Amino acid sequence: MGELKLMKGNEALAEAAIRYGADAYFGYPITPQSEVIEYLSEQNPYERTGMVVLQAESELAAINMVYGAGASGKRVMTSSSSPGVCLKQEGLAYIAGAEVPCVFADVVRGGPGLGTIQPSQADYFQNTKGGGNGDYRNIVLAPASVQEMCDFVALGFDLAFKYRMAACILSDGAIGQMMEKVVLPDQKPRMTDEEIKAKYPWAINGRKNGTQHRIITSLDLDSAKMEEHNIHLQKKYKEIEEKEVRYEMINCDDAEYVFVAYGSSARIAQKSVQLGREAGLKVGLLRPITLWPYPTKAIDALIKKGVKGFLSVELSCGQMIEDVRLACNGRVKAEHFGRVGGIIHTPEEVLEAMKKQIIGE
Amino acid sequence: MTEEIIIAGFGGQGVLSMGKILAYSGIMEGKEVSWMPSYGPEMRGGTANVTVIVSDERVCSPIINAFDTAVILNQQSLDKFESKVKPGGYLLYDPNGITKKPTRKDIHIYTIEGAQLASDMGNSKVFNMIILGAFLKLRPIIDDKNVEEGLRHSLPERAHKLIPLNMEAVKVGKDNVKQA
Repeated sequence: MGELKLMKGNEALAEAAIRYGADAYFGYPITPQSEVIEYLSEQNPYERTGMVVLQAESELAAINMVYGAGASGKRVMTSSSSPGVCLKQEGLAYIAGAEVPCVFADVVRGGPGLGTIQPSQADYFQNTKGGGNGDYRNIVLAPASVQEMCDFVALGFDLAFKYRMAACILSDGAIGQMMEKVVLPDQKPRMTDEEIKAKYPWAINGRKNGTQHRIITSLDLDSAKMEEHNIHLQKKYKEIEEKEVRYEMINCDDAEYVFVAYGSSARIAQKSVQLGREAGLKVGLLRPITLWPYPTKAIDALIKKGVKGFLSVELSCGQMIEDVRLACNGRVKAEHFGRVGGIIHTPEEVLEAMKKQIIGE
Repeated sequence: MTEEIIIAGFGGQGVLSMGKILAYSGIMEGKEVSWMPSYGPEMRGGTANVTVIVSDERVCSPIINAFDTAVILNQQSLDKFESKVKPGGYLLYDPNGITKKPTRKDIHIYTIEGAQLASDMGNSKVFNMIILGAFLKLRPIIDDKNVEEGLRHSLPERAHKLIPLNMEAVKVGKDNVKQA
């Protein structure tokens, strides 16, 4: 068993990157995720593993450093919060087009614009539906605990390199700022340059002794080639939709009504399930772990098992509800409930919303 | 066993670190814990609070609206959280600076003269550990030896020489908690 510690979500994310053997972190501080770069700076990972930590001059610089280092086959991470992630969207679209693996974390705060520094989940659309230009996807993992803030760094890197694309850890101010018990994994060694060369034939790491030159770019002015490239990307996304969906079900076996919630809202809704069960209501919780690919089939299966309605609980004005409704396809009732602007709904009001909007008393 | 606690006072009183030591002590006791601060544009002198949950089971919501125990260290926090204590729950407060006392009859109310006792001990920094001691007297959810372990894990190594002083403060807190 690994080392047991009490840590903030942001700190666990940072420590996990060091222990995974990440090569670099490029970032720019912003509340509520500044602890990531603060922790990394304090830990001095260059001495622990040789990992580079650099505070860039801006979010734009940071994401482009990620693009460059990722293109050379290095394991690179960045993190930010909502307005900072907006600034990174151009780079993320280039990364998607050029098929560069990387991990980025978004510790979401209230918006739009500068908004507030308090927790929010209003960047679901931005991270699951694009954000940058073009037909592309990012894998989106939604941690609901400090342990998952730690674990999803390794999972994110594994998926990012498996499919050569960005993996997003979509967290929020509550998960980033709270402290919980976390079991840290053992330190893994960083990959050597020779290992990277052997494992990633696409990586650009110096042309020597007659090796063919490699090109990493998102640009191709030949329309036929660009169409072919887009078809290739879509094929990859299709494969991910089939193989990489992750979710958790709580009390769903005999449930008639189901909360759908991720991240901090899932923690709150779990308490609502407890309260509902104590009151004799057959309620359950579906917690999507991957927000893209979305657990559409899990919702379908629940409907076939007899679930009569879903309440999408989000700290937003209603974003994930669109995916819940797509999955329901009009067969059963699906509504949204959520507080916004940095206010966090309580388990009691979430349960009340289920009674009013779905069960109907 | 699940104990849901709010600790609230001024920034700079050691509210967040008291919560952290309590949470770490809980881990040492083999419990599940969560520590959720009110974070924001806060500063010394502003209000600060932290929700700590210590439980035998996995903690579901770290954000809650009703508490088993409220540990209150200033008037604003008393005004805000007195009504949030569950019926039959505990309210522990330091009367220093309190002008409007709590009025509820359906909860257990206790006081601890934390600021005065810390000053008597000649070290205002042990204030929060006196409060922690008072809390643990009312709600004996964690063994002293695990509190000591919790301190060891939450304090940086250079501060470990201060652990005996902190444990002394916990004892002072336990010995001086009074029914209001």
